[in-house]
Amino acid sequence: MSTVSLGMPGIRAYGSGNIIAAESFPDRAPRELANPTLRGNLDMAMHKIRTKRAIVVGEKDDWQQLRTAGSEIKQNVLANLPELLERFEAEFTARGGHVHWARDADEANRIVLDLIRAEGVTEVNKIKSMATQETGLNEHLEEHGITAIETDLAEAIVQLGHDTPSHILVPAIHRNRTEVRDIFRREIPGVSPDLSDDPAELAEASRVRLREMFFRNRVAISGANFGIAETGTLTIVESEGNGRMCLTMPDTLITLMGIEKVLPTFADLEVFLQLLPRSSTGERMNPYTSMWSGVTPGDGPQNLHVILLDNGRTEVLRDEVGRQALHCIRCSACLNVCPVFEKTGGHAYGSVYPGPIGAILSPQLTGIHAGKNSSLPYASSLCGACYDVCPVKINIPEVLVHLRAEDVDAKHGKAEDAPGGAKPARRSAPDQMDAIMLAAKAMFASGTRMGLAERGLPAGKLVAGRDQVISTLPGLIGGWTKYRDIDAPPSEAFRHWWKKNRPKADRRRPDGTAVDVLALIEENRGAAQRLHERFTGADGQGPSSADPAPEDGGAAAEGGAPSAPAVDDRGEDGDLYSRLLAVEREQIQREEATGRTLADYARGTEQDGEA
Amino acid sequence: MSSSDSTPSAKSEILARIRGALGGAPTPPVPSRRYQREGALSADAVREQLIDRLEDYRARAFVETRQTLPARIAELLGEARTCVIPVVIDRSWLPEGGFWQWRADGEGAVLSDAELDATDAVLTSSTVSCSETGTIFLTSAPDEGRRAISLVPDHHICVVPAGSIVELLPQALARVDPERPVTMFSGPSATSDIELQRVEGVHGPRKLDVIILKD
Repeated sequence: MSTVSLGMPGIRAYGSGNIIAAESFPDRAPRELANPTLRGNLDMAMHKIRTKRAIVVGEKDDWQQLRTAGSEIKQNVLANLPELLERFEAEFTARGGHVHWARDADEANRIVLDLIRAEGVTEVNKIKSMATQETGLNEHLEEHGITAIETDLAEAIVQLGHDTPSHILVPAIHRNRTEVRDIFRREIPGVSPDLSDDPAELAEASRVRLREMFFRNRVAISGANFGIAETGTLTIVESEGNGRMCLTMPDTLITLMGIEKVLPTFADLEVFLQLLPRSSTGERMNPYTSMWSGVTPGDGPQNLHVILLDNGRTEVLRDEVGRQALHCIRCSACLNVCPVFEKTGGHAYGSVYPGPIGAILSPQLTGIHAGKNSSLPYASSLCGACYDVCPVKINIPEVLVHLRAEDVDAKHGKAEDAPGGAKPARRSAPDQMDAIMLAAKAMFASGTRMGLAERGLPAGKLVAGRDQVISTLPGLIGGWTKYRDIDAPPSEAFRHWWKKNRPKADRRRPDGTAVDVLALIEENRGAAQRLHERFTGADGQGPSSADPAPEDGGAAAEGGAPSAPAVDDRGEDGDLYSRLLAVEREQIQREEATGRTLADYARGTEQDGEA
Repeated sequence: MSSSDSTPSAKSEILARIRGALGGAPTPPVPSRRYQREGALSADAVREQLIDRLEDYRARAFVETRQTLPARIAELLGEARTCVIPVVIDRSWLPEGGFWQWRADGEGAVLSDAELDATDAVLTSSTVSCSETGTIFLTSAPDEGRRAISLVPDHHICVVPAGSIVELLPQALARVDPERPVTMFSGPSATSDIELQRVEGVHGPRKLDVIILKD
């Protein structure tokens, strides 16, 4: 599936695996929306987890400083990635571990399979891991006769239900307790037929089922939350203790880690171990965190492997705007605040990375043309809540807009040359949208043509029928009427009405001279710029509240003809506007001083409303 | 192993891709660390905060002296019949009598997985604790034992020397040797995977008792 790369600049090396949507978001979302269980569960869960997060984040006076540090550390990681990866490899190897490199999902899966075969086993334990979800490791192992047992409760529910995860953190959030009980009754051999739907009882059933496997299976597979270059340390953050079991009891431990997960120093964990749990589960700290730096004789697995996975990450790195997606620590805070995700759930995104981060990560990993991934950057209202909550300050809306532009350029407009003299991005054949836009261009460019087109309006009235509402339009524009009606058009365009009704005397000015449009334009040259500068401040810092309207607006550069009369744009409305701006700015500054984000503010209002 | 044959080329190719992708990217700012790195609370306040946080996670927390410690451990062991201890543990902590058996684990006396699984409880010391997050750090030190002994038994009694409690996570991590295996725990094992309802106790010890030992 991925392009074979020869390591030449310009040759694309996109990722493969479970990160390609087979169906577009707008096609899939309506089906998900029609599932009342999903909507009920998501509504409850997303509100609960948002509130928990807001509370524990609110406890940290230095939250914004932690976010800044997290973002800057990640920027440095990307800038120094080759050195950090080689250092990690050297340190991990020096402590008795083995390091492998995988260009894509297939190569990673092959390496894991070979390592398991070398141990001669057919069953392995697994810790929940996004990287192995991404490469489709379980399916690959299954094809080769090896069973991977998911030991995280939610992943086990997904696996036993022959299902796919719908959330990064709580993959089975689309299942309610009754469904989980039914799956357990059906799929766990020897489970009591009277098993109830009490979560405590269901968790107990999972404990009993897995306990024997933890002792029996000699190979375990994990992902990694962080890898420390200076010490060769790997870190797993978890809740249930299934992680500790997998990291402690087997002889062989195989870890699959994305290359962007490396951190320079052990001390950097002091930032990320504060950011991650509070953003993720809304806890001050998750129940268990494990770290291991190579082999410790007599303590834990003695045969340690780590596979460093690219799978499209270097393609994300190429994009100066989009590369910030590689800062992601997989906390899922952006999913939990997203108004789109809250309604559709994760399956609608068609990739193991759903929600806002998935909408920017999946299309970049695979290239925007893979499958239906080009539909993902549009699965957002650009409200910006995801940016507010992101613990490493990924500007998700910025990247969404950037990817939309990339999609539009490739499909409808200029096919920009890729950096490094690569072949231009694929340009699609003209489609309906192109045809509509061409026609519109021709029509709006000429008054005569516009007038001719408007003669068709009465036909629209006819189509609208007796209720004078249009409910179905054909083709692409049918997208508009799918969820809305359009009122019938008027029987006559204003242009035609005016022609018939304008008073003859008005055709020319009383003195008989035509309006000199060019002079008018010249007269007002620079007025907009002056207005803009007056309200934003010439230095871009905004006017001080004490002096809301600088006299001249510093507009000399755009002053135009020296003889142009000064435009008096300081009417009453202008003053009112500046005052309103100043009040709003003060309010925002006060909010920022408290360390609360705008999203917190909005949530606070929401909770007040519920109370 | 066939995988290692392809390793050098995969490595050099990935590194080349990264260098090509970065191109002449500008140097990012040196990370600013303006977050809190030193705590402000008194020793007493830090101890109270740790207790508060642990109880919030539904662990039990006690404060004892050297004199009262053995009786507390005896009480906490309750009906337990067997308790694992690291070979190297302060023996003055252990209560006399009782009907339980101590099972020492360590050099020259390694318990099998099955033996560990058959024990009721485990008693260990700890390296450092962070009060703000209610987190206790084990680093496989001699009086903490290897990782498996504090994982498999269902009841963990953990002694936290009062002097080892710090307020903030950066302070705690600074006291941890990354060369050692590190286990951080904040309360007992828990899951929120079904309808986000928190359930204490899945695979790790379902019962966590913490005894803060005053100097």
